[in-house]
Amino acid sequence: MRIAIDTDRCIGAGQCALTAPGVFTQDDDGFSALLPGREDGAGDPLVREAARACPVQAIAVTDD
Amino acid sequence: MTEAIPYFQNRTCPYHPPAAYQPLREAGPLSHVTFYDGRKVWAVTGHPEARALLTDQRLSADRQNPAFPVPFERFAAIRRVRTPLIGVDDPEHNTQRRMLIPSFSLKRTAALRPEIQRIVDGLLDRMLDQGPPAELVSAFALPVPSMVICALLGVPYADHEFFEEESRRILRGRSAEEAEDARLKLEEYFTGLIAAKEKNPGDGLLDELIEERLRPGSLTHEELVGLAMILLVAGHETTANMISLGTFTLLEHPEQLAQLKADEGLMPAAIEELLRFLSIADGLLRVATEDIEIGGQVIRADDAVLFPASLINRDEAAYPAPDELDLDRSARHHVAFGFGIHQCLGQNLARAEMEIALRSLFTRIPQLRLAVPAAEIPFKDGDTLQGMIELPLAW
Repeated sequence: MRIAIDTDRCIGAGQCALTAPGVFTQDDDGFSALLPGREDGAGDPLVREAARACPVQAIAVTDD
Repeated sequence: MTEAIPYFQNRTCPYHPPAAYQPLREAGPLSHVTFYDGRKVWAVTGHPEARALLTDQRLSADRQNPAFPVPFERFAAIRRVRTPLIGVDDPEHNTQRRMLIPSFSLKRTAALRPEIQRIVDGLLDRMLDQGPPAELVSAFALPVPSMVICALLGVPYADHEFFEEESRRILRGRSAEEAEDARLKLEEYFTGLIAAKEKNPGDGLLDELIEERLRPGSLTHEELVGLAMILLVAGHETTANMISLGTFTLLEHPEQLAQLKADEGLMPAAIEELLRFLSIADGLLRVATEDIEIGGQVIRADDAVLFPASLINRDEAAYPAPDELDLDRSARHHVAFGFGIHQCLGQNLARAEMEIALRSLFTRIPQLRLAVPAAEIPFKDGDTLQGMIELPLAW
């Protein structure tokens, strides 16, 4: 699974980190980021839910 | 087209959308309502349609657009002023929001938890000392978010009676003159406060913005005053309503409350369900800047569009048995905080406040109950924000 975060679009709502805290976090500025070692989604079924929860559709998830 | 019913109408039960809105749910996903001035406004009640439209850049939040709808006569005058953040589009909105994002991140919110807990504990100590009975809105539901946003912004809580009253007059004043007068008073207050802070800096968000944005010139005085007003008003009225109405709703659903008390881990899901179920902010508005085709209909340029969160969050296709409170359900993807670029900046702070306030309230006072019959407890008329006017409790 490939996860791309468009940080120019991100508004720091934190929905991704709230929905899939095992994969997403927020950096010090409050923008969406992937947790180290979890860049491939770590098989977490909540990744797609997190992408759907993003209010500005800044997260794109694609299968390898 | 079905007949366009009047909007806003009063709730008949504090936690359900007005029964009079039923035709909108049946007509959905898009139908029409009529505003006080006779204007026909699109009402979006379908969950997928609302999510699609709230992320559509052809819908504008610019309140200075002459075609922007006015939900109440008292808001007519306020729109002469440019409202930062909530009343502007990108790129202006984006620049303003980005100044504030770090202060409302999950980490910063988590760091505020001990302070929120301290505030909550102090207020509960006093309630327990002085009661029973207690009036929850004035003793707890309003002071919690009010003290928290003061601490965050660096606004002296000693001034709370002033700004709570002026916020109330902005949001619920009887006339355009009253709302405008309240806005001017708050503007004057913040102009003075910011001038004082420029001389004697403190350690709140306003102080940070003065140092990092106002001094280098990337923010004007006028913008900073506008932002301070929005953050203060949005920061306390909304959460106060969620705490009071959330408490009332839980007390009226004793089985759900018992389940919550028995399982602390249920709290985050319970907060999402309360947000969905109560949908206290029910008057989100936009204006179309171009024609938009959706669901076989066309929203024309300059048409007004209303997003009644209480109906969108009860779209049966998105939430089975939507009129039932079910703390266990996944209420994910509700639009209680809006959706799109304007989704609530303070949502994670609000979640933390609700969670700490409700958990502490029911843990410290497990015998909490309504002091008078539910039907006698006053709640707010149909408006942009719903909630309890008073909540008399005993234990």
